Amino acid sequence: METFLQQIINGLVQGSVYALVALGYTMVYGILGLINFAHGEVVMVGAMLVISSLTAMLSWGVPLLLALPISVVLAMAGCMALGYSIERIAYRPLRHAPRLAPLITAIGVSILLQNLAMMIWGREYHAFPQLIVSQPHHIGGAIINDIQIIIIIMALAIMAGLMLLVHRTRLGRAMRAVAENQHAAQLMGVDVNRVISVTFMLGSALAAIAGLMVSANYGLAHYYMGFLLGLKAFTAAVLGGIGNLRGAMLGGLLLGLIESLGAGYIGDLTGGFMGSQYQDVFAFFVLIAVLVFRPSGLLGEQLAERA
Amino acid sequence: MSLCLGRLLFLATLSLTLAGCGQSASEQAAASGERVVRIGSVAPLTGPQAHLGKDNENGARMAIEEANAKGITIGGKKIHFELISEDDQADPKTATIVAQKLADSGVSGVIGHLNSGTTIPAAKIYHDNGIPQISPSATAVAYTHQGFKTAFRVMANDAQQGHVLGEYATRNLHAKKIAIIDDRTAYGQGLADQFIHAAQAAGAEIVAHEYTSDKAVDFTAVLTVVKGKQPDLLFYGGMDAQGGMMARQIKSLALNVKFMMGDGGYTPEFIKLAGDAADGTYASLPGVPLDKMPGGKAFEQRFVAQYQPIQLYAPYCYDAVNVMIAAMQKAGSVEPAHYLPALANISYEGITATLQFDGNGDLKGGAVTLYQVQQGKWQPLETVGAAQ
Repeated sequence: METFLQQIINGLVQGSVYALVALGYTMVYGILGLINFAHGEVVMVGAMLVISSLTAMLSWGVPLLLALPISVVLAMAGCMALGYSIERIAYRPLRHAPRLAPLITAIGVSILLQNLAMMIWGREYHAFPQLIVSQPHHIGGAIINDIQIIIIIMALAIMAGLMLLVHRTRLGRAMRAVAENQHAAQLMGVDVNRVISVTFMLGSALAAIAGLMVSANYGLAHYYMGFLLGLKAFTAAVLGGIGNLRGAMLGGLLLGLIESLGAGYIGDLTGGFMGSQYQDVFAFFVLIAVLVFRPSGLLGEQLAERA
Repeated sequence: MSLCLGRLLFLATLSLTLAGCGQSASEQAAASGERVVRIGSVAPLTGPQAHLGKDNENGARMAIEEANAKGITIGGKKIHFELISEDDQADPKTATIVAQKLADSGVSGVIGHLNSGTTIPAAKIYHDNGIPQISPSATAVAYTHQGFKTAFRVMANDAQQGHVLGEYATRNLHAKKIAIIDDRTAYGQGLADQFIHAAQAAGAEIVAHEYTSDKAVDFTAVLTVVKGKQPDLLFYGGMDAQGGMMARQIKSLALNVKFMMGDGGYTPEFIKLAGDAADGTYASLPGVPLDKMPGGKAFEQRFVAQYQPIQLYAPYCYDAVNVMIAAMQKAGSVEPAHYLPALANISYEGITATLQFDGNGDLKGGAVTLYQVQQGKWQPLETVGAAQ
C-alpha cells in the first residue's frame, strides 16, 4: 500500500512536468496545426537561463528570495524572445507552404538550438544550486517534498489560468477565432500575426517555468535534456488529444502515472517475465491502444475547445 | 542578377577557404619532408555522455601533441601525427558508420570507442581493415573475445572489475540483500551480471533486479520497487549522469541503502550532480590511483592547465596513444600489419599501469581500486590485485 501510494505520487509529479510541457505543444498545434518540435529545446534554454542567472546572482551576494524571482523573470523573458524569434524567422515564412515543410523546419530548429546551447553552456551537466531546502513530507508512509508539491500545484494553476485566458479574454477569443479559421478571423479585424506571436511567447514562457521545475526537481540541466522530455510531452499531448488544453493536462498526468505504475508492477504482474525495461513500451502501448479506438485522442473531438 | 553573382562568388570563396583549411596541416608536413600518420579517436561528443567523450578526445590529443613536439622518427622518417576525432553519439549504429569513415580515410590506428556498446560492433570493421584498435574504456568482456587480433584495451574488463566489486560488497560491506539496477547497455548489463555472479558466490541474495536506460532522468518508480524489497546495498550498472541523479532520488525517497557503482560513476560530475547525496557512494576504477603512478601527478597538472579537470578516461586515452606510438617505434614502421605484432607483445610503462596484453588483447594483471565519496571528494579505499 505504501509502495502503491509512493508510485502514485511519483507518477503525479512526473505527469505534471509532462503536462506543463505538453501545454506548449498543444497551444501551437491548436492555432497553427504545427507540431513545434523545438518546444523541448525552449524548455532546456529556460532551465539553463535560470541556473546561469541564479548561480551568477548568488555569487554576487544577492539574497535567494530576491535572486530566484529575478532569474525566473529573466528566463521567461529570454524564452519569450526566443519563441517569438523562432516563429518569426523559421515558421512564418512557411505558413502557407505544404505541411511537411514547417515540420522539417521545426526539427531543424530543435537541432540548431541544441547545438547552440552546447556551444554556449558546454557539454557538462549544470547542477541546480542546492539552496532551496526541500522538506520531505510523509503521507501514509509515502514521501513527497516541497518542490514536488509546488510542481503539481503550479501545473494545475497554470492550466486553470490558461483556460481563463482562452475563454474569458479578448485575446483568448482572438486565439479561438484564428484556430477556427485564419482568413475569416483576419476579415473580422483580428491581427492574425500578432495572435500567433503572442501564442508562441506564451508557450515559451510556460516552457521557462517547466524548465525551472524540471531542473529544480532533478537537480540539473544539460543541453540534451529537452529532447526526451519534448518527445514524452508530445506523446502526452497526442494521448489527451492534441490541440486541446484539458487534453494536454490529462494526457500528461496519465502518461506519468502509466509509466510509474507500469515500471513498478509490470514485473509482479507478469511473474518476472517482463521487467521495468518495458516501462516505455507500456506507455506507448497505451498510446497506440487509445489512438486505435479514439484517433483524435482522449479529449480530442471538442473542436470548440481548441486554442 | 548581380545579387546572385555576388552570392555565388561568396560561396566559391568560402568553399576554397574551407578546403584550404582542411589540407593545411598535412600539406605543411609534407612540404617539410615529414610523413603524416593519422590516428583516429572516437567517443560520444554529443548527447548525454558528451562531457566524457570530450575528455577522451583531449587525452588522446595531448599525447599526439606531445609526440609531435618531441619529434619522433620511425623507420628513418620524421613522423607528424594527426588526430582525427569522430563522434559516435554513444550509439552502436553511428559507431559502425564512423568506424568505416576512419578506415576509408586511412588511419594507422584507432583509440576508442568509449562505450562497450559502440566498441564491440566497431571492432569488426577495424579488424576487417587490419587497423589496430585500443579502447581506453570499453570493459565488456565480449569486446576482446570476438577473435579479432586487432582489438586491445588498456582497462580491466567487467569480469575483473565486477568480481572485485561483488566480493567487496559482500565481504567488506557485509551486504546480505542486494538490489541491482542496470541501464541495459552492453556496459551496464555486463558489469551488473558479473557483479551478481560474484556477490551470489560470496553468499549474498539478489532481492531485486530493475532496469532503466542511459538517457533516463527519473528513477523514482524503480527505486520505489527497490525500497519495497528492503536491500542493504544497491548496485547501479551505468554511467555518472544517471548515477548522480539516482543518488539524489535515493535520498529524497529516504531509501536507506549503501550505493555502489563501477568505473562509470567515478567522476567529479557524479559528485556535482548528486550534491550532498553523493557522500558514502562507492565506485571502482581499474588501475591504481593516478597520484600513486610515476608521472601521474605531472600528467594531471599538464592536462588541467591545458583543458579542464579530468573527467574519467583521459589518462587511459593518453596511455593508449602512447603505447600505440611505442609499438610503432619498436617495429620501426607505421604500417598496421608491421607494428601489430609489436603491440601485442609490448611492455610499456604508462601512467595508469604497466601495459601488457594477453592473448585476447586484455590488460594483463590489471589492478582495481575502490573509492568512496567522503566530504564531497572521491577517496581511495583499497587497491585489489587482479582477480580472475
